[in-house]
Amino acid sequence: MTIRDICGYLDAEVLCGAEALDREVHSACGSDMMSDVLAFVKNQAVLLTGLVNAQVVRTALMMDIVCIVFVRSKKPGPEIVAFAEENGLTVLTTDLRMYEACGKLYAAGLKGNGEIHE
Amino acid sequence: MNEPLTFQYAVDGDNFTSAGQASVQVKKVLRRLGLDPETIRRVSIAMYEGEINMVIHAGGGEAEVRIYEDSIEIVLRDSGPGIADIDQAMQEGFSTAPDNIRSLGFGAGMGLPNMKRYTDSMQIESTVGVGTTITMRVDL
Repeated sequence: MTIRDICGYLDAEVLCGAEALDREVHSACGSDMMSDVLAFVKNQAVLLTGLVNAQVVRTALMMDIVCIVFVRSKKPGPEIVAFAEENGLTVLTTDLRMYEACGKLYAAGLKGNGEIHE
Repeated sequence: MNEPLTFQYAVDGDNFTSAGQASVQVKKVLRRLGLDPETIRRVSIAMYEGEINMVIHAGGGEAEVRIYEDSIEIVLRDSGPGIADIDQAMQEGFSTAPDNIRSLGFGAGMGLPNMKRYTDSMQIESTVGVGTTITMRVDL
Protein backbone atom coordinates (compact mmCIF):
# COMPACT_ATOMS: atom_id res chain seq x y z
CA MET A 1 0.00 0.00 0.00
CA THR A 2 1.26 3.51 -0.71
CA ILE A 3 0.65 6.65 1.33
CA ARG A 4 -1.50 7.83 -1.58
CA ASP A 5 -3.69 4.74 -1.09
CA ILE A 6 -4.03 5.62 2.60
CA CYS A 7 -5.24 9.09 1.64
CA GLY A 8 -7.88 7.44 -0.51
CA TYR A 9 -9.09 4.93 2.10
CA LEU A 10 -9.30 7.60 4.80
CA ASP A 11 -10.37 10.50 2.59
CA ALA A 12 -7.44 12.28 4.19
CA GLU A 13 -5.97 15.69 3.54
CA VAL A 14 -2.19 15.96 3.03
CA LEU A 15 -0.64 18.59 5.31
CA CYS A 16 2.96 18.04 4.24
CA GLY A 17 5.24 15.57 2.51
CA ALA A 18 3.15 15.22 -0.65
CA GLU A 19 6.29 14.33 -2.61
CA ALA A 20 6.43 10.98 -0.77
CA LEU A 21 2.85 9.88 -1.54
CA ASP A 22 4.04 6.99 -3.69
CA ARG A 23 6.15 5.57 -0.89
CA GLU A 24 5.27 1.97 -0.01
CA VAL A 25 4.31 1.23 3.59
CA HIS A 26 3.79 -2.21 5.09
CA SER A 27 2.56 -1.75 8.65
CA ALA A 28 0.85 0.71 10.97
CA CYS A 29 -0.03 1.35 14.59
CA GLY A 30 -2.65 3.48 16.30
CA SER A 31 -2.21 5.09 19.72
CA ASP A 32 -2.67 8.31 21.64
CA MET A 33 -0.01 7.25 24.15
CA MET A 34 3.46 7.95 22.80
CA SER A 35 4.86 5.88 25.69
CA ASP A 36 3.16 2.81 24.20
CA VAL A 37 4.35 3.60 20.70
CA LEU A 38 7.90 3.77 22.01
CA ALA A 39 7.49 0.56 23.99
CA PHE A 40 5.69 -1.80 21.68
CA VAL A 41 6.07 -0.63 18.14
CA LYS A 42 8.63 -2.11 15.83
CA ASN A 43 9.24 -1.32 12.20
CA GLN A 44 5.97 0.50 11.75
CA ALA A 45 5.72 2.94 8.90
CA VAL A 46 2.48 4.69 9.79
CA LEU A 47 1.29 6.14 13.09
CA LEU A 48 -2.39 6.99 13.55
CA THR A 49 -3.04 9.22 16.54
CA GLY A 50 -5.47 11.67 18.05
CA LEU A 51 -2.75 13.36 20.07
CA VAL A 52 -1.48 16.64 18.65
CA ASN A 53 1.84 17.98 19.85
CA ALA A 54 5.49 18.17 18.84
CA GLN A 55 6.21 14.93 20.72
CA VAL A 56 4.15 13.00 18.17
CA VAL A 57 6.58 14.11 15.46
CA ARG A 58 9.65 13.39 17.63
CA THR A 59 8.29 9.97 18.58
CA ALA A 60 7.73 9.21 14.89
CA LEU A 61 11.28 10.29 14.10
CA MET A 62 12.73 8.11 16.86
CA MET A 63 10.76 5.10 15.60
CA ASP A 64 11.57 5.62 11.89
CA ILE A 65 7.88 6.13 11.20
CA VAL A 66 7.42 7.88 7.84
CA CYS A 67 3.77 8.93 7.92
CA ILE A 68 1.57 10.38 10.68
CA VAL A 69 -2.21 10.33 10.34
CA PHE A 70 -4.10 12.63 12.70
CA VAL A 71 -7.60 11.24 13.28
CA ARG A 72 -10.84 12.89 14.48
CA SER A 73 -10.19 15.97 12.27
CA LYS A 74 -7.22 17.00 14.40
CA LYS A 75 -4.93 19.46 12.73
CA PRO A 76 -1.50 20.30 14.10
CA GLY A 77 -0.35 23.92 14.11
CA PRO A 78 2.02 25.29 11.47
CA GLU A 79 5.14 24.82 13.65
CA ILE A 80 4.43 21.13 14.06
CA VAL A 81 3.75 20.66 10.35
CA ALA A 82 6.93 22.57 9.48
CA PHE A 83 8.95 20.42 11.90
CA ALA A 84 7.58 17.24 10.31
CA GLU A 85 8.25 18.54 6.82
CA GLU A 86 11.86 19.48 7.65
CA ASN A 87 12.38 15.90 8.73
CA GLY A 88 10.85 14.31 5.67
CA LEU A 89 7.61 13.02 7.23
CA THR A 90 4.28 12.91 5.45
CA VAL A 91 1.44 14.23 7.62
CA LEU A 92 -2.23 13.49 6.92
CA THR A 93 -5.45 14.41 8.66
CA THR A 94 -8.76 12.56 8.43
CA ASP A 95 -12.25 13.16 9.81
CA LEU A 96 -12.52 9.48 10.74
CA ARG A 97 -12.20 8.35 14.34
CA MET A 98 -9.32 6.15 15.42
CA TYR A 99 -11.25 2.86 15.33
CA GLU A 100 -12.69 3.50 11.89
CA ALA A 101 -9.43 4.77 10.39
CA CYS A 102 -7.46 1.76 11.71
CA GLY A 103 -10.24 -0.60 10.63
CA LYS A 104 -10.29 0.69 7.06
CA LEU A 105 -6.53 0.40 6.66
CA TYR A 106 -6.46 -3.03 8.28
CA ALA A 107 -9.28 -4.27 6.05
CA ALA A 108 -7.35 -2.97 3.05
CA GLY A 109 -4.37 -5.12 4.00
CA LEU A 110 -2.13 -2.85 6.09
CA LYS A 111 -0.98 -5.00 9.02
CA GLY A 112 0.06 -4.38 12.61
CA ASN A 113 3.55 -5.43 13.58
CA GLY A 114 2.48 -8.51 15.54
CA GLU A 115 1.58 -10.21 12.28
CA ILE A 116 4.70 -9.23 10.41
CA HIS A 117 7.57 -9.56 12.83
CA GLU A 118 6.58 -12.07 15.48
CA MET B 1 41.71 3.15 23.36
CA ASN B 2 41.15 6.36 21.40
CA GLU B 3 39.24 9.19 23.00
CA PRO B 4 35.55 8.77 22.27
CA LEU B 5 33.73 11.15 19.99
CA THR B 6 31.62 13.10 22.48
CA PHE B 7 28.50 15.21 22.04
CA GLN B 8 26.97 17.27 24.83
CA TYR B 9 23.51 18.77 25.08
CA ALA B 10 21.67 20.91 27.60
CA VAL B 11 18.13 19.63 28.18
CA ASP B 12 15.78 22.53 28.81
CA GLY B 13 13.38 21.65 31.61
CA ASP B 14 11.01 24.58 31.29
CA ASN B 15 9.09 23.50 28.30
CA PHE B 16 7.63 20.09 27.49
CA THR B 17 7.16 21.12 23.86
CA SER B 18 10.89 21.16 23.28
CA ALA B 19 11.61 17.88 25.12
CA GLY B 20 13.44 15.44 22.89
CA GLN B 21 15.35 17.96 20.80
CA ALA B 22 18.71 16.55 21.83
CA SER B 23 17.66 13.04 20.82
CA VAL B 24 16.60 14.27 17.38
CA GLN B 25 20.06 15.85 17.01
CA VAL B 26 21.83 12.70 18.18
CA LYS B 27 19.89 10.61 15.70
CA LYS B 28 21.08 12.88 12.88
CA VAL B 29 24.69 12.69 14.07
CA LEU B 30 24.59 8.88 14.25
CA ARG B 31 23.11 8.70 10.75
CA ARG B 32 25.89 10.89 9.40
CA LEU B 33 28.40 8.56 11.02
CA GLY B 34 26.83 5.73 9.05
CA LEU B 35 25.90 3.48 12.00
CA ASP B 36 23.43 0.70 11.37
CA PRO B 37 19.75 1.77 11.56
CA GLU B 38 18.78 -0.62 14.38
CA THR B 39 21.60 0.69 16.61
CA ILE B 40 20.60 4.25 15.82
CA ARG B 41 17.00 3.49 16.70
CA ARG B 42 17.88 1.88 20.02
CA VAL B 43 20.19 4.71 21.07
CA SER B 44 17.79 7.45 20.07
CA ILE B 45 14.70 5.87 21.66
CA ALA B 46 16.53 5.24 24.96
CA MET B 47 17.87 8.79 25.00
CA TYR B 48 14.50 10.26 24.05
CA GLU B 49 12.76 8.48 26.93
CA GLY B 50 15.48 9.72 29.28
CA GLU B 51 15.20 13.24 28.01
CA ILE B 52 11.41 13.23 28.47
CA ASN B 53 11.92 11.95 32.03
CA MET B 54 14.37 14.74 32.79
CA VAL B 55 11.88 17.33 31.60
CA ILE B 56 8.89 15.81 33.42
CA HIS B 57 10.59 15.05 36.73
CA ALA B 58 13.83 16.96 37.11
CA GLY B 59 13.53 20.37 35.48
CA GLY B 60 15.99 19.41 32.75
CA GLY B 61 19.65 18.50 32.92
CA GLU B 62 22.55 17.51 30.72
CA ALA B 63 22.96 14.75 28.17
CA GLU B 64 26.21 13.40 26.86
CA VAL B 65 26.71 10.83 24.13
CA ARG B 66 30.09 9.15 23.75
CA ILE B 67 30.85 7.07 20.73
CA TYR B 68 33.51 4.43 21.33
CA GLU B 69 34.85 1.92 18.85
CA ASP B 70 32.72 -0.88 20.24
CA SER B 71 29.84 0.90 22.01
CA ILE B 72 27.82 4.04 22.44
CA GLU B 73 27.35 5.45 25.91
CA ILE B 74 24.58 7.83 26.87
CA VAL B 75 24.87 9.73 30.16
CA LEU B 76 21.89 11.72 31.45
CA ARG B 77 22.54 13.87 34.49
CA ASP B 78 20.04 15.97 36.41
CA SER B 79 19.76 17.83 39.69
CA GLY B 80 16.15 16.87 40.24
CA PRO B 81 14.40 15.28 43.22
CA GLY B 82 16.06 11.89 42.77
CA ILE B 83 14.41 8.46 42.69
CA ALA B 84 13.54 7.12 46.15
CA ASP B 85 12.89 3.51 45.13
CA ILE B 86 14.64 2.51 41.91
CA ASP B 87 13.17 -1.03 41.82
CA GLN B 88 9.69 0.43 41.97
CA ALA B 89 10.52 3.02 39.30
CA MET B 90 11.72 0.22 37.02
CA GLN B 91 8.32 -1.56 37.10
CA GLU B 92 6.29 -1.18 33.93
CA GLY B 93 3.26 0.96 34.61
CA PHE B 94 4.61 2.64 37.76
CA SER B 95 4.61 6.38 37.26
CA THR B 96 4.77 9.50 39.39
CA ALA B 97 4.14 11.79 36.43
CA PRO B 98 1.33 14.31 36.91
CA ASP B 99 -1.97 13.85 35.02
CA ASN B 100 -1.29 16.69 32.62
CA ILE B 101 1.70 14.72 31.30
CA ARG B 102 -0.57 11.78 30.50
CA SER B 103 -2.74 14.04 28.39
CA LEU B 104 0.43 14.85 26.43
CA GLY B 105 0.97 11.17 25.59
CA PHE B 106 3.52 10.24 28.27
CA GLY B 107 3.59 9.20 31.91
CA ALA B 108 2.49 5.60 31.36
CA GLY B 109 5.32 4.26 33.50
CA MET B 110 7.18 2.89 30.49
CA GLY B 111 10.13 5.27 30.32
CA LEU B 112 12.75 3.55 32.48
CA PRO B 113 11.73 -0.01 31.44
CA ASN B 114 11.98 1.07 27.80
CA MET B 115 15.41 2.56 28.35
CA LYS B 116 16.55 -0.73 29.82
CA ARG B 117 14.91 -2.75 27.05
CA TYR B 118 16.59 -0.82 24.25
CA THR B 119 20.10 -0.78 25.72
CA ASP B 120 22.68 -3.44 26.63
CA SER B 121 23.30 -2.02 30.08
CA MET B 122 21.81 0.69 32.24
CA GLN B 123 22.96 2.05 35.58
CA ILE B 124 21.00 4.44 37.74
CA GLU B 125 22.70 6.44 40.44
CA SER B 126 20.27 8.58 42.37
CA THR B 127 20.22 10.48 45.62
CA VAL B 128 16.96 11.92 46.89
CA GLY B 129 17.16 15.70 46.93
CA VAL B 130 20.41 15.75 44.94
CA GLY B 131 19.76 14.29 41.52
CA THR B 132 20.01 11.33 39.20
CA THR B 133 22.62 10.13 36.74
CA ILE B 134 21.70 7.40 34.27
CA THR B 135 24.37 5.72 32.17
CA MET B 136 23.25 3.54 29.29
CA ARG B 137 25.37 1.57 26.86
CA VAL B 138 24.56 0.10 23.48
CA ASP B 139 27.14 -2.32 22.09
CA LEU B 140 28.16 -1.98 18.47
